[in-house]
Amino acid sequence: MSSGLKEAVIELREVDALRITEEELKGGTDPLDIVTACREAMDVIGQRFADGQAFIPELIMAGEMMQGITARLKPYLKSEAPGETLGTVVMCTVQGDIHDIGKDIVVTMLDIAGFEVIDLGVDARVEKVVETVRDSKAQVLGLSGLLTVAFDSMKATVAALDEAGLRGDVKVMLGGAPVTDAVVEFAGADGWGKDAVAAVNLAKSWVGGAS
Amino acid sequence: MNLPGNWNDLTPDQRLQFRLDAWQGIPIEFSSLEVAQAYRNRVQLYRDVLDLEKPATVPIAPWIGLLPFRYFGHTAKQAYYDYEVFKDDWFRFHEATMPDGIGLTLGIVPGKLFDVLDYKLYDWPGHGTPDDTCYQYSEQEWMKGDEYQALIQDPGTYWQRTYLPRVFGAMEPFAMLPPWTDLVEIPFTAPFFAGFSAPPVKEMLQKLMDAGDAAMEWLQAAMAADGRVMATLGIPQTAGGATKAPYDILGDTMRGTRGLMLDKFRRPESIVAAMERLVPQAVDWALRSCDMTGNPMVFIPIHKGADGFMSDADFRELYWPTFKAVLLGLIEQGLVPWVFVEGSYNERLEVIADDDIPAHRMIWMFDATDMERAKAVVGSRQCIGGNVPAALFAMGTPEEMDAYVKDLLGNTAQDGGFILSSGIVLDEADPAAYQAFIDAGRKYGATG
Repeated sequence: MSSGLKEAVIELREVDALRITEEELKGGTDPLDIVTACREAMDVIGQRFADGQAFIPELIMAGEMMQGITARLKPYLKSEAPGETLGTVVMCTVQGDIHDIGKDIVVTMLDIAGFEVIDLGVDARVEKVVETVRDSKAQVLGLSGLLTVAFDSMKATVAALDEAGLRGDVKVMLGGAPVTDAVVEFAGADGWGKDAVAAVNLAKSWVGGAS
Repeated sequence: MNLPGNWNDLTPDQRLQFRLDAWQGIPIEFSSLEVAQAYRNRVQLYRDVLDLEKPATVPIAPWIGLLPFRYFGHTAKQAYYDYEVFKDDWFRFHEATMPDGIGLTLGIVPGKLFDVLDYKLYDWPGHGTPDDTCYQYSEQEWMKGDEYQALIQDPGTYWQRTYLPRVFGAMEPFAMLPPWTDLVEIPFTAPFFAGFSAPPVKEMLQKLMDAGDAAMEWLQAAMAADGRVMATLGIPQTAGGATKAPYDILGDTMRGTRGLMLDKFRRPESIVAAMERLVPQAVDWALRSCDMTGNPMVFIPIHKGADGFMSDADFRELYWPTFKAVLLGLIEQGLVPWVFVEGSYNERLEVIADDDIPAHRMIWMFDATDMERAKAVVGSRQCIGGNVPAALFAMGTPEEMDAYVKDLLGNTAQDGGFILSSGIVLDEADPAAYQAFIDAGRKYGATG
């Protein structure tokens, strides 16, 4: 396939990217090649974000474009190709907090990076988080929160994992504007990321991938 | 507050001095001469720091949310619904801690009013969030992406017929009514009012009257709470009105964060045109409040322009021009923009230190911004403050708090022009850490 799609995604030209995707598919390009082009483009955008050359709007726009492209790919995929994943991450905004922007960006970036992501949404009950970690055998749990009240929920969630005997099987990362090293220590988590790229790198380092 | 007859002939500086005098000379009955003097002395602290002079002591004006209620063992739900609890805790907290400004009274919102209005824009205790969590915005596209033109053409009508029916269940019938601007001539009057005979509209009007009563019940409680703090403790209110940056008006509660960020790529011209259209409204909103309260300080929380939320180029071209227009509009009227900069603004300092904004006319309160840089870049022209982190209030020891405040004041406040405050609105804090914040502010805040 041509390099037009990758460039269009990198340059956040939404209309062009969707048009090229449709043209490539009609022309017989393998959908998996399109996925690869998108992943390469997202790596560039993620790197720009890490370098301070791209910002949250660029990540959100890129995520939006990925959704549009994925929707167009679906009819061409014979079955859900169980591609290799880096690992499973459970993500949520913790109990008592309904802020979702940051959490959603992390979900998108983890997904694009190759993780299987289970998104429990916002105001996630502690029991639900524990149950999902247990059932999915997730290696990483990401807890997000914007309010200071979220600190207590983060702590309660980690404690509940401990009580359920799961703490040794899952690494817990925190995220959200007020999170610091002190919050990680307070909650008994394993680390925190200041943004989506940091979260992806943290998750990769925990599952044995390159960070 | 009555403005003098020659108001339109006054310069912005004369207007500012008139308003500051009115604030300092507030016509209320204080409990004693000493308290009256304490009130005036505290207002003087703000006048001094606004002028970048050394105040007698660095004013301590933390942003206070639900902290007083947690302090006395009450929940957010009680604070929002039980106005006796609201009044009582609010007073006792200020009495126990004696800051130099009253917290954000408007942030202790009236639950009963929202019940009547069926407010959909937020979740609050008992309506989507737990009893002890503050209200939270329900992030959605309350304004659709294809509605910019309607907003730009006529904001008032857009609000009435499209936005309000969406965000207040009780106001849905407003969508059935024609715009008020139809009422220009006698033959069109009857067709206009015919809509008011519809049963849903009548029901809405009754709900709006109930809402008025609910709002007044809360307002009386809030005025009583603040009035008692002012009259018996000598602590002034630090906000006489409020407004927002045009970009935040669109991004916070209309298009939503995500919607507005996508608009930047899909319809950038519409964002700019809408923001320009909202500038006069943003100025007028604060002006009407401040004229009524007699307090020139305009609380402006800003959100969506923080570091990481957009590039430097977008901040300069998209966020700043219309926000600057609002600031200049307020300053022209003798008002004092008191900007609450949430998040980090390290990348924005050079832009907001804009020479077009006259010096000594506004206050920048920061959160997670490098305060030494803020002092160097912005603090040479305008008063700055804020910065004590949420995590330190929630989890710090008194010793850690003392050390932080000592360092902060030592680096930024010794020449004046500084207000000590929390980086965020405090919904919770460890009582010992909070007391250490106040104590350290007094200990290290003496600038003489």
